[in-house]
Amino acid sequence: MGKIFKFNNDVDTDQIIASQYLLYPTVDEMKSHAFESLNSDFASSVKPGDFVVACENFGCGSSREQAPAVLKALGVKAVIAKSFARIFYRNSINIGLPVIVCKDLYDAVEDGQEMELSLTEGIAKVNGKEYTCTKLPEYMQGILDQGGLIASLNK
Amino acid sequence: MGMTIAEKIIALAAGVDSVKAGDIHTVELDRLLSNDGTTHLTIDMYNNLKNPKIADVSKLVWVIDHNVPCDSVKTAASHKKMRDFAKENGIKFYEGKGVCHQIMMENHVRPGELIFGADSHTCAYGALGAFGTGVGCTDYLYGMVTGHSWVLVPETIRFNLTGKLNPGVTARDLILTIIGKIGANGANYKAMEFAGEGMKTLNMSDRISICNLCVEAGAKTALMEVDDIAMDYLKEHGRTPKACFSSDADAVFAATYNIDMSTIVPIVAKPHFVDNVVPATECSGMRIDEAFLGSCNNGRIEDLRLAASVIKGHKIAPTVRFLVVPASQAVYEQALSEGLIDIFMEAGAIVMNPNCSVCWGSCQGVIGEGETLISTGTRNFKGRAGHKDSFVYLASSATVAASAIKGCIATADEIK
Repeated sequence: MGKIFKFNNDVDTDQIIASQYLLYPTVDEMKSHAFESLNSDFASSVKPGDFVVACENFGCGSSREQAPAVLKALGVKAVIAKSFARIFYRNSINIGLPVIVCKDLYDAVEDGQEMELSLTEGIAKVNGKEYTCTKLPEYMQGILDQGGLIASLNK
Repeated sequence: MGMTIAEKIIALAAGVDSVKAGDIHTVELDRLLSNDGTTHLTIDMYNNLKNPKIADVSKLVWVIDHNVPCDSVKTAASHKKMRDFAKENGIKFYEGKGVCHQIMMENHVRPGELIFGADSHTCAYGALGAFGTGVGCTDYLYGMVTGHSWVLVPETIRFNLTGKLNPGVTARDLILTIIGKIGANGANYKAMEFAGEGMKTLNMSDRISICNLCVEAGAKTALMEVDDIAMDYLKEHGRTPKACFSSDADAVFAATYNIDMSTIVPIVAKPHFVDNVVPATECSGMRIDEAFLGSCNNGRIEDLRLAASVIKGHKIAPTVRFLVVPASQAVYEQALSEGLIDIFMEAGAIVMNPNCSVCWGSCQGVIGEGETLISTGTRNFKGRAGHKDSFVYLASSATVAASAIKGCIATADEIK
């Protein structure tokens, strides 16, 4: 079980991690600033296994990989949205952060609710109700399953 | 079935006769751009690889442009890491010479190339008929080490342009209008292709401005046919094409829009979304604290000329800081030789070195709580230019210059 942190439409990567932190030497030094402009308590209250749930076009804007990287570093188990902007989506898969499209979840859940997610089945469960997520294309699922794109370079 | 420009470039890079939208292909990358926004992380990942190696160093271009000159000790450490690595490995390296995309256009991009840039505005290269797309540092590292990557072939949205822009209206007003029309995710995962008779009226600076902003509609890339105007630019900069493509007559487009450019008016994108566009006149009189002329979108010599023509003989409003940031050293030198810098300085502008400046909100010129910026930058997201509770309005170089004089949002025709 993990807690839901809910965000709206068109959340851009500047909101996930602002420009002024991007040149910090490591992702660990940046992560305490995740979502600072939208929810200043996020970084201190999110726990490993929690979820980010959003509406349309999550992760639009800059290609900064620091955006999915800080979420992963904070232990976010998955980001579930109605749709994703493409660079964020690709970056997330590349670093092994599950990004899942689910059209029904956002409107049905509240911020702070507890959720269960089966990544293998693609089913999210909130308050006893199940929500079916869209499966990743096989190629991308393969990258995610191996732990991200770089894993293949170290084989 | 015919192919689009995007499909033809991917087919060439994949070494196959044809591809179609929705296919996934392994492609040989022609060029890989990275800047100081993420390269320090790429280097850390590279150093952690079991067998680190660079597939073809001649394809790499590294640019320090975002926070230059360096603004803090932490940034200095990241810059030093990048500078040292580039030197040790013989990577083509620029520092303080300009915004990465302007440097790429002036020095590297060739028609028909497939280019990965660790920066979302890499789609600018479509102005020269190249498939440029923004990636993160993991994708970049994979390409740097293997020389190839995978791409999902995008569908293409075609924009047929007719007519010509009226005086005082710019290509930036055109692309902001288009983004407003299709929305911030209107071209998500897709290519945006521009064609039609109207293209002949658009110079290279206009075309770069249009392609560069397509990512703000979610586009994977932007593309234009390589015509005489593009070839002249290429020759002028001493380069030749890899391949010149146009879409086949029977190519399949996801959607087609016909746009009469004479109907376009000066546009402002209001906070906090690029697709939140209105005619600039609707924001007329909105007080501003700062005005910014620059960026990969609008910091070229043509933009500086247009702004200078509005400003000449006027003074910047005493309540406004006006930042002028040429997009590259070449642009800066040209502006100096044409006397444009004198015009800006005499009017009271702050002229700065080529960099990304306040467009990315972590360099000189950031704005404070409650302040308002009018900008030729690429984005107006919440906090993009500084404090999280500040406001960015995007507009053309003409509108930004007029606003700097008036102290509030104004169009160039309001300046006598």
